[in-house]
Amino acid sequence: MNSTLHPDSWQYRELNKRAPSLSVLSDTLIELAEAGHPVVAGTADLQHSNGLTGFAGRFPERFTQFGISEQNMVSAAAGMATTGVIPYVATFASFLALLCCEQIRMDVAYCAQPVRLIGHHTGISMGFYGTSHHATEDIAIMRSIADLTVVSPADGPQFAAALRASVDYPQPIYFRISRGHDPEVYARDTPFEFGKAVIHELGRDLTIIATGMPVHPARTAMRALQEEGYSVGLIDMHTIKPLDRAAVMQAAKTSRVILTVEEHNVLGGLGGAVAEVLAEEGGGARLVRHGIRDEFSLIARPTHLYRHYRLDAKGVEEIARPLVA
Amino acid sequence: MEPTGATSWPRNVSDPGPVTPQEAGRLRERARFVRLETIRLISIAKVGHYSSVFSCAEIFSTLYYDTMNIRRGEPGWPGRDRFLMGKGHAAVGQFPVLADLDFFDKAWLDDYTRLGSPLGDHPDMRKVPGVDFSSGSIGHALSNGVGMALGARFRKQDFDVFVLLGDGEMQEGQVWEAALSAATHRLGRLVAIVDRNGYQLDGSVDDIAAVEPLADKWRAFGWEVHEVDGHDVVALANLLRRIKADRTRSQPCCIIARTVKGKGIDYMETEPGWHLGYLAPEDERRARETILAGADAEVAGTGITSPAITSEGTA
Repeated sequence: MNSTLHPDSWQYRELNKRAPSLSVLSDTLIELAEAGHPVVAGTADLQHSNGLTGFAGRFPERFTQFGISEQNMVSAAAGMATTGVIPYVATFASFLALLCCEQIRMDVAYCAQPVRLIGHHTGISMGFYGTSHHATEDIAIMRSIADLTVVSPADGPQFAAALRASVDYPQPIYFRISRGHDPEVYARDTPFEFGKAVIHELGRDLTIIATGMPVHPARTAMRALQEEGYSVGLIDMHTIKPLDRAAVMQAAKTSRVILTVEEHNVLGGLGGAVAEVLAEEGGGARLVRHGIRDEFSLIARPTHLYRHYRLDAKGVEEIARPLVA
Repeated sequence: MEPTGATSWPRNVSDPGPVTPQEAGRLRERARFVRLETIRLISIAKVGHYSSVFSCAEIFSTLYYDTMNIRRGEPGWPGRDRFLMGKGHAAVGQFPVLADLDFFDKAWLDDYTRLGSPLGDHPDMRKVPGVDFSSGSIGHALSNGVGMALGARFRKQDFDVFVLLGDGEMQEGQVWEAALSAATHRLGRLVAIVDRNGYQLDGSVDDIAAVEPLADKWRAFGWEVHEVDGHDVVALANLLRRIKADRTRSQPCCIIARTVKGKGIDYMETEPGWHLGYLAPEDERRARETILAGADAEVAGTGITSPAITSEGTA
């Protein structure tokens, strides 16, 4: 890794091609198509942003460019799925989950079509592009839609594994992808199962339950606190719906405190989902929700925002420390 | 009654020829069947979209009993032509046709809208065999049709996609996203039919948000456009036969069907408030008699007591 370059710079990204999850999208879809799966893909004027250019070049007949008409794209994807294809449609999460919420509810979920919705650059990862391009509500909205699975992979390898698993998955899926070049937590070909959380460790003092991009900084924070002698654990809740309630309860029975960490409003997201389980099941652990605290994000580069909102490793550690001390 | 089935297929699509007087008579009879069944079903629900069905009864009849390639009793046959409804609130007129085609048990109709019935005000593909896509939120269906036509092209499936749109639906932005998309992707097997009855829930379409010049709009979006009297089964069937037979067309095709909202019942034709309503038993009897007399455009009488319901909130 080149440490002299700023992590937000394109040079950094060029030099540190560590399976960016958005090239994973195109690469994995190519792999699935070559293996004979009836996958097709579409985007709404963002093929360079989400990397589908690669897929479009390799399989032009399987790719549809919808232009800046996200709602049409989602409804059309549902129509396409009735012919036996598995459509993967990708655009910014802010547009996909918020602008197209009703199309997702009516045409994808209610009609039970196996569409895979890829909401990328979610959370605050669009940085200084501002609130129109941020998505800190998408988990809350998507998880309230019946029959829709909501998945928030931690990194590229996990996203690839989830994409591979998705070809046999009967229900529609909303994938929530962060910047697309987030640090990796998992090795390639790490097994993935929808609805089954990855329990890294359980801590007696604290278990962090994280989803998406914050899993990596949460793991770093966990290790730092462990070195100081605290018993801290980590659960990667990659599937937010259906939620792995058993994993939450394992943490609730083991740990004094559960800390949820998400790149999302603490209302209705992972923190909300975990709170619902704890309220219904008991278990005794105190819950602290960490994320965006019901506000529109400031403008800044993504890394500066992660620092400001304490969603980097240092920030998660700062939030966690008083809970274990 | 011996059901009047779908035209036997495959017809010679290269030269379908004009509809015969006998075929036209049967299409008119099936349109009356749609209207009568709509009245019967709404009498169960106690409120419904009579006039929205009456404006497209001949369109239902012509598509299902003449134009579309379908197989009686096989709603899931992969080669069938697809029919989507942007104006999903006219489903009460579609359900009797689907039952008549043996897509589901006719007894289902008797429980229309009752607790647990698969049949409600809007069509649900998960519950009703023969519904090719669910609807209810106006503006989605043309996009769904775009997707089906794209999927069919990639999968090399041989079917046409017909999408019935309301004229009020032209006010939804997504329709025009889909229109751009269909023209760009040269979806020549996609046919939109606009039921141009002139009225929507709150009044006249062109007073509320003017959609004219409608034919010019569709042409400007890259579609082949036809205009037809939507109650003239001969003109409608012949046009649809020609469109279906033309396999050289690369543009999507839009038919603007000039229709009358509430067609067949005089006071519904003249009172836009009948978008949603309920006929009292005596009015229902007279409406039925009007339709049975085949006096579609005649004045049926006076002394109508049923209130027209003018907003969903009073239903």
